[in-house]
Amino acid sequence: MTFLSYLINGLSLGSIYAIIALGYTMVYGIAKMLNFAHGDVIMVGAYICFYAVSAYQLPPPVGILLAMVVCTVLGMVIERLAYKPLRQATSLAVLITAIGVSYFLQNSALLLWSSTTKIFPNFFVIPRGAETSTGFSLFDGQLNISYVTVVTVLACLVIMLALTWFTGNTRMGKAMRACSEDKGAAQLMGINVDTTISVTFAIGSALAAIAGVLLCSAYPTLSPTTGSMPGIKAFTAAVFGGIGSIPGALLGGLLLGVIEILAGAYIGTQLQNAVVFAVLIVVLLVKPAGLLGRQIREKV
Amino acid sequence: MKKKLLCITLTLALALGLSACGGGNGGNAGGNNGGNAGGGNAGGSNADGNISGAAFKLGGTGPLTGGAATYGIAARNGAQIAVDEINAMGGIQFELRYEDDAHDPEKAVNAYNVLKDWGMQLSLGSVTSKPAEATSVMNMEDRIFALTPSASSEATTQGKDNVFQMCFTDPGQGAKSAEYISDKSLGSKIAIIWKNDDVYSKGIHDTFTARAAELQLEIVSDTTFADGNDKDFSVQLTNAKDNDADLVFLPMYYEPASLILSQANSMSYAPKFFGVDGMDGILAQPGFDTSLAEGVMLLTPFNADSTDERTAAFVAKYQQQFNEIPNQFAADAYDCVYAFKMALENASATPDMSNEDLCSLMMTQFTSMTLEGITGDGAGITWETSGAVSKSPKGMVIQNGAYVGLD
Repeated sequence: MTFLSYLINGLSLGSIYAIIALGYTMVYGIAKMLNFAHGDVIMVGAYICFYAVSAYQLPPPVGILLAMVVCTVLGMVIERLAYKPLRQATSLAVLITAIGVSYFLQNSALLLWSSTTKIFPNFFVIPRGAETSTGFSLFDGQLNISYVTVVTVLACLVIMLALTWFTGNTRMGKAMRACSEDKGAAQLMGINVDTTISVTFAIGSALAAIAGVLLCSAYPTLSPTTGSMPGIKAFTAAVFGGIGSIPGALLGGLLLGVIEILAGAYIGTQLQNAVVFAVLIVVLLVKPAGLLGRQIREKV
Repeated sequence: MKKKLLCITLTLALALGLSACGGGNGGNAGGNNGGNAGGGNAGGSNADGNISGAAFKLGGTGPLTGGAATYGIAARNGAQIAVDEINAMGGIQFELRYEDDAHDPEKAVNAYNVLKDWGMQLSLGSVTSKPAEATSVMNMEDRIFALTPSASSEATTQGKDNVFQMCFTDPGQGAKSAEYISDKSLGSKIAIIWKNDDVYSKGIHDTFTARAAELQLEIVSDTTFADGNDKDFSVQLTNAKDNDADLVFLPMYYEPASLILSQANSMSYAPKFFGVDGMDGILAQPGFDTSLAEGVMLLTPFNADSTDERTAAFVAKYQQQFNEIPNQFAADAYDCVYAFKMALENASATPDMSNEDLCSLMMTQFTSMTLEGITGDGAGITWETSGAVSKSPKGMVIQNGAYVGLD
């Protein structure tokens, strides 16, 4: 039973990684760039939602929508100002710019919202009489599952299916895949590469807003650095599952969460991170493209 | 090519992760220089204090931006109130200047150099431990006497005869906590959750376990976390619960502690929680459900709810000026300035003295005087030649969303 409870905890942590990883992998898969600022867009989303709900008393769904709108705009502005001028530059230059954007967002958040930790309200509660319940328990309280976990796992699945359908079946989705395969050829075929990449960022950033709300609902401390470490962990998860692969992000995220918790429980908390990254190294040695990544043959 | 790129990015990701660890709980490097604000405030506060040569130049560095900014800003504000009060009394005059170090040792050394160029005669050291370990070396070399309000690591004062502390050392807190728990029989089976990449947390943990063994307290669970896995505490809490721990010791800052409290609540585990001075501030977090912290105990040198006249006046002033209840960093910095005032008066020092002369005067005074401050109890505050402070901590418990004295 203890094992089962660890497993549930692992899944709940993993589902958070997965939902962040989806945004990473989506942008990487199409724009072929690592948006290291993704973690910080998550933080911005969480702050917008926090202020909308706590300071302006808006209902939570409106807060989430508002966060999505703000993040979408922010994502597109970042892409336009920081990444678009570098479209022809080396990948390394874009990567460094992304790290710069990440620090820029963190420090702007510090100026705007100060470093005081905010406690994010948990939206996923059910009022039960005078008390509110944050989850349900099975087997006489031996197994506790919070509603946030259920919502996060469901949200991950829905987003994964929606993204897979979107990239496979819509005009814009097809344009995205074309850009991902060969930007030059796509342009020759009449696809507007700039618009396509812009839309990719818009979708990725909207997902970041959702991830931010879920992250902070599950782990309620919110500060300007909230997004950075989960962002890096989620990036690891995306590489683990095969970066660029949408189902891979989900699988990688869940596995990473479960391994982290089980390693802490059965090997020791001191070695928790060491074990996680050792597994990552082994997986990349055996399958360099990640679990579900496509092996691309290099032409020399 | 793509594989190579992935390699490079992974390396970078690791490097980023590591640098985030290196920054301690600061995590990010604050880019802009908010430190000027401190100087500006000092200037505006009292016209007399601005004439150089007429006032002692008192400088300090602290994180005014970045993840640890709460501490730096609190210390600066506390010191500012004390300086304003003292300058208004006439007699000894201070000119205060705080520079931003963003909780980063390199930035702290730069900030220190700025203060030195400004003509700093007396130093408030650095607010947090890692930067303080760097700046205290400079204080030693330049013979500028330092009294840090809150840098609690042993390395801050070790081997430096002119660096003193206003806060307890980390090992001191660990031993005091174990003694307190044993004296009051607060728990029979103890669990510890600590942060193993943080000198503060590790220092307290090590002396706590050593002292607990001597006092025959049973430690049934000893688990850790680090930057990067400081969100989910289910493993640590399950371990404590499975081992029937009835008291969980949390030597850490309040941010992870508030996550631990909320996660323990959701798994319906309700032991006694016992914290140290880093727990101070937990109630001030906007949106925090104070019922989660109900019954949490902590040892801290400062009680903002104290009925003591000076404390009440300080708290009222702080609230009026900065719209917040002061934490112990503010109180420690406040006491630091008064300690300087007392030492300077005893030694009949004048502002035209060189920092070397002041340094030797201060070293004699600090090891012989007894300060009545708002931190510590009626027995007063004294210092050992090592620079470590000797004062009694106060046991506090959180009741109905406020700190209440335990004794």
